[in-house]
Parts: sequence; structure tokens; C-alpha cells
Amino acid sequence: MDLRYSDSDEKFRAELRAWLAEAVPAHGEQPAMNDWDARRVYDTGWQRKLFDAGYAGINWPRAYGGLEASLTEQLVYYEEIARANAPYVGVNFVGLLHGGPTVIAEGSPEQKEAHIPRILRGEEVWCQGFSEPVAGSDLANLQTRAELDGDHYVVNGHKIWTSFAQVADYCELLVRTDPDAPKHKGISWLIMPMDLPGIEIRPLKTIAGESDFSEVFLEDVRIPVASRVGAENDGWRVTNVTLRFERGTAFASDMIHMQSFVRTLVDVAKRTTRGDATAWDDRLLRNEVGHLSAELDALWAMVKLSVCQSSRTGVPGLGGSAVKLFYSELAQRASELAQRVIGRAGLSRDDVGDLPVGRFLQKSLQSLSLTIAAGTSQIQRNIISERVLGLPKERR
Amino acid sequence: MDFQLTEDQEALQQGIRAFCDGRVPVEKLVDLESKQAFDRGLWQELAEMGVFGLRLPEDAGGVGLGHADTVLVFQELGRRVVPGPLAWSHLAAGHIEGAASGDTVVGGLDLLGPDDGPILVEHLESLDALVVLRESGVFRLDPRSLPGEPVATPLDPLTPVHLVAELPEGEQIADARAAARWRLEGAAFVAGQLLGIAEATLELAVPYSLEREQFGRPVGGFQALKHIMADMFVKQEVARAAAYAAGATLDDPEVGDVVRAVSIAKLIAGEAALRNARACIQVHGGMGYTWEVPAHYYLKRTWVLENVFGTVEEHAERVAERVAEGA
Repeated sequence: MDLRYSDSDEKFRAELRAWLAEAVPAHGEQPAMNDWDARRVYDTGWQRKLFDAGYAGINWPRAYGGLEASLTEQLVYYEEIARANAPYVGVNFVGLLHGGPTVIAEGSPEQKEAHIPRILRGEEVWCQGFSEPVAGSDLANLQTRAELDGDHYVVNGHKIWTSFAQVADYCELLVRTDPDAPKHKGISWLIMPMDLPGIEIRPLKTIAGESDFSEVFLEDVRIPVASRVGAENDGWRVTNVTLRFERGTAFASDMIHMQSFVRTLVDVAKRTTRGDATAWDDRLLRNEVGHLSAELDALWAMVKLSVCQSSRTGVPGLGGSAVKLFYSELAQRASELAQRVIGRAGLSRDDVGDLPVGRFLQKSLQSLSLTIAAGTSQIQRNIISERVLGLPKERR
Repeated sequence: MDFQLTEDQEALQQGIRAFCDGRVPVEKLVDLESKQAFDRGLWQELAEMGVFGLRLPEDAGGVGLGHADTVLVFQELGRRVVPGPLAWSHLAAGHIEGAASGDTVVGGLDLLGPDDGPILVEHLESLDALVVLRESGVFRLDPRSLPGEPVATPLDPLTPVHLVAELPEGEQIADARAAARWRLEGAAFVAGQLLGIAEATLELAVPYSLEREQFGRPVGGFQALKHIMADMFVKQEVARAAAYAAGATLDDPEVGDVVRAVSIAKLIAGEAALRNARACIQVHGGMGYTWEVPAHYYLKRTWVLENVFGTVEEHAERVAERVAEGA
């Protein structure tokens, strides 16, 4: 039971920290939230810098140009990028964390050659076409149809919650290729170029006022059969293969960011007057901050434990759902606490005086998505109770 | 970094678990209760298992292990609600003759917290020595000389308590720094016990929910109950990480802030034990409210352990102070 990073981990940290100290300030300010062209330039530009410095694809195999860092090096990586306030994956999210790894695991040699190096260099942006209006938590109920016509699929349907659709070059698309098979057995996984005729993108406005998600309407879109990854009707398995890459580190840098968020909150509380005292003199507030910080530290220890387990066994730990469930609810509590500290200043979403009101409110609004996206908290509880505790399964 | 249990630690944990399962199975708690919870034979066996001398060097008759190992051992003791002044006798080993061997049963009283209410001493009747933690140091008192009365109805049926009218000064056996250190280590080991309780209550709840049928199916199949148990699992896993991290940080203080890590462990494991013990009763429904189902022993022991080496509130305040120092 050893929490000490190895000498080689610390060497990796020192080099990365030195590089980040120059690279982050040089990359400039993050663009405005809905300036999509600028966001693409900013995020892919950062990805290119990571690539040139040898830090791209932290968990990707070396054979595909990745860094293939050890799991403890990955923890160091997330600690350092959070510490340096470096940009995170941004619009490269789907390509780096899901689409790319799926192509690596299941793609043909041609598909790998066409996409993998470009994703890694920040030259190709992907989006995800999984969810549909009728297929949310019940993803396998998706209805988008793909009918074979020669060497093309003709695709018709309606996707939703597609992140970064407006700047994406490709979409990892789940379609129904056999409507008569049981729902998990008739799905295929396609790489859809986003410039094909018949694709219409309608951005959704989130409660944070952002347009990160879009609806994507597909009308007679002709996608080459050669763009299918894996066998026809085997798309459900192909989708789940990438879970192998997920070892509870998906939110790692957010967790560390949250620790600094809590420190900022305390700093603001100390200089916020309440009558003849400060907000920090409120015992209830301090108690809640103590709880929250304790839970955050414990969560990070839990990630370390889960990472070390999968490192030894080669199989992801069972803790992924527990980490996600716990983290997302903590994030909401942290931002709610921040709002309590700023009080009426929080009626503004723009900074007021020297209070970081904008950041607090942004966090608070965005945190509402965390218990919904990537498997709702209710779905996570189902997963834990069924797969870990062995309780009876829900109807599928 | 390998934060997992080593093979030796796994063996240690399995050994103590097998011992506790055989010697203090849940069905025997009622027997122990009728014996006023203290069984010198059991105490001797715990000593032979190395529970008290675990961290003493081998040439001093101990096992020569570390804090993380001790947390694991206490986790197993908590899992079977093993009664007695376990943490105190462990802390006293090497300081009080016979504590490690189990010949001297050492209990204790922690006066370093803000609670200056009535003085209640656990297991007083069974003690050969009582240690008191004060700001000025660690003191040894003769338990038999204390003026006081046994409480007729203790909260935890396995933890008898005496109401002591007055506490003599006693003989100082260690300085103020040692007192703080005992309290710190004690908090980490009790966090281990609380983690064990958080696990044991989930282990009780799951099979019961699968066996108990209502509306023609096991109640454990209803989402309302599945989600309670999923939350119990999360609490247990977070508590495990926190308690192990405290042990590992005590063993290697360069990896973190020892005081912060221990406060976090006591707080998180304390909350987990409390929530899970309550949830365990809830999952058992009406049966959970009976004395017959052992869930209540876990909840009552949690309340006892919450009130030693710092409460959840006290540790939350300490963590908040640490965060404020860094803000």
C-alpha cells in the first residue's frame, strides 16, 4: 500500500511541468464559448503542440504514435495539466477518447492509416452520433436506419446530444442495419464524413447558454460500406470495446481542478463580509468545505487505488461507475456552495468587482450535465447494483 | 506507486478475517452480549494474532508491521464488531507492560477533543490500566480506584460504560507530542474499524434483499432498494481509499499531509459507517428494527467510535483549516 510515485514518474513530471510552464502561457487565452471556429483552432492547435512535444495520445499504444504512458504516469499527467491550467482535450474529446481508440481496436488497416495519425496531430475532429430522441439511457433502442445500396449505406435518422458537431470532420455513427434482429444485434458502427450531402446540424442551447451539443438530421446520406468499423450488425460490441480504455481516469483532471476551485471558494469566503464577520467565520460553511475537500481527496485516492488495480490485473476495476457517480454529485455540491458564498453577487454571470462570479456560475450551470451525460447517475446505480452487487437486472 | 494491498497484506487481512469469522461470528454477538461483552480468552487470542503488538519491533515481542497493516487489521475487527478497547491496547503496546501480550487490558479516554461533558469510560470493569490523553501528555490511571458507577443500559450492548465522577491526575507516561500522536494514530485505526462496518453492513443488506420477497419478487430487485445499496457501495469504496491513504501516509509522511489524511479518513469512514448502518436497517425493513437482526450492533458501535479521536465535525473543521491555509 504505497502512495509514492516512482523516480521515473517524478522524472516524467519534472519534464512535463517544465514544458507546460512555457507552452501554456504561449498558447494564449481560451476563446469565447460559442466562437466555434476559434475554439477549433485553439484546441487543435494545442493538440498539435502536445504532439510535437511527444505528449499526444497519453493512453494510446506506441504502435499508433501514442505515448502509451503507464497508468501512474497518466495520473501525473492529469495532475500536471490541471496544475498548469493547461487546455484539456476540448473539441478533440471524441477523437482522442472514443472514436480513435475504437478505430485502433477494431478498424481496418486503411481506416487506421486514414484517421489515427490525423486525430493525434489535431488535424481531424470527431463528433459522436450515438444518442437519439428515443434512445438515451436505452441507447440500443436507436432507430437511425442504414440500408445497403451497392457499396454504400443510405442513412436516414435523427441524432441528438452530438458534441462539437459544428466543427467536426467525422462522426462515429451508430445505425440500425438489421431492424428485425433483437435491438443489440442489429447495430453497426460507421465513420461518417461530416461534409456529405444530407446532413443538417441544428445546435441546441444548453442551460449554460452554450451550443456544445447539436441535433443532427440525416436524410439519404450515402456512406461507403468501407467506412464501417467491425462487422455488420456487430456495432454494439464495437462500441463497448473502447470501455477497455476507460479506467476511471476520464474525469481525472476535472477532479484536480475542483480542488483548486474549492481553494478559490475559500479565498472568496475569507474576503466576503457578512455583518461584522466574514463568510469564512460561518461554522456551517467551514464544515461543508471540510466535508467536500475530504471527499475530493478521498476520491483522488480512490482513482489511484482503481488505477493500481487495473495496472496489476490488466482489466479495468469495477470502480469506474462509482467514481463517476461520486464525482458528479460532488461537483454539483461544490458549485452550490460557491453560490452560497457569493450570495447576491451571483445574480450576475459576469464577474462583479474582484469576485470570480462568472467562473462560479459557469461551473454551477455546467455541473448540472454531469449527473446526466455519459450514463445518468440512475444508470450508474443500476450498473453498480447489478454488475458489482449482483442484484436482479432491470428489463432491457 | 502501488496503492493496492501487497501479497503480505492480503495474507494478513485474510488471516485476521478468518479468525474473526470463526471466533466472533455475527450469530455469537448475542452470547458475547450476555457475557457483558468482555471475554479475556478472546483478548488473549487477539494478542496471539498480533493485534496489539502489530507495530512493535520483532525483538520487542511484536510483529514489526506498519500503520497501513494496522488499518487493515482494524478493518477486519470492525467488520465483525469485535468488542473491547482494541485501539487503546494497541496504542499502549510498548508503553505499558503486558499490553501487547494481552495480559494487561488497556482502555483509554481521549480528552483532547472539545467535548467536556460527563466522563464515560468504556469497559472500565475489565480494564487493568486506563490511559488518558490530555493536552499535557499521556497519563496512566488505575481503573479500579476510580469513583464511579456502571451505566445500567449502555448504548452499545457490547460496550459497557461507567460514569466516572472524578478523574485523578494519574501518572504521566508520555509527553504532549506523544498524546497528539496517539490520537492521530488512533483516529486512523478507528477509521479502519469504521470502514469494516461500512463493508459489513452492505454484506448483510445484499443477501437479505435477495432472500426477502414482496409483490412476488426479491425486494433487492426494486430500483428503490438497488440504488440505496449502490450508494452504500460508493460510500464503502470512498472510505476504503481514505482509510488506506491515511495508513500509507502515516507510513511514508513524504507522500502527503499526515494530519489531513487521517482527519479525512476518520471523517469519511465515520460518515460511511453511519450511512451504511442506517441503510442496512432500512433495507431489512421491519426486521431491521428488531434486536434479533444484527444491523443495530453496527449502528451502535459506529456511534461509539464516532465519539473517540475526533468526531466528524471536528475533523471537518480541521480539514477546512488546512484548505484555508493553502487558499
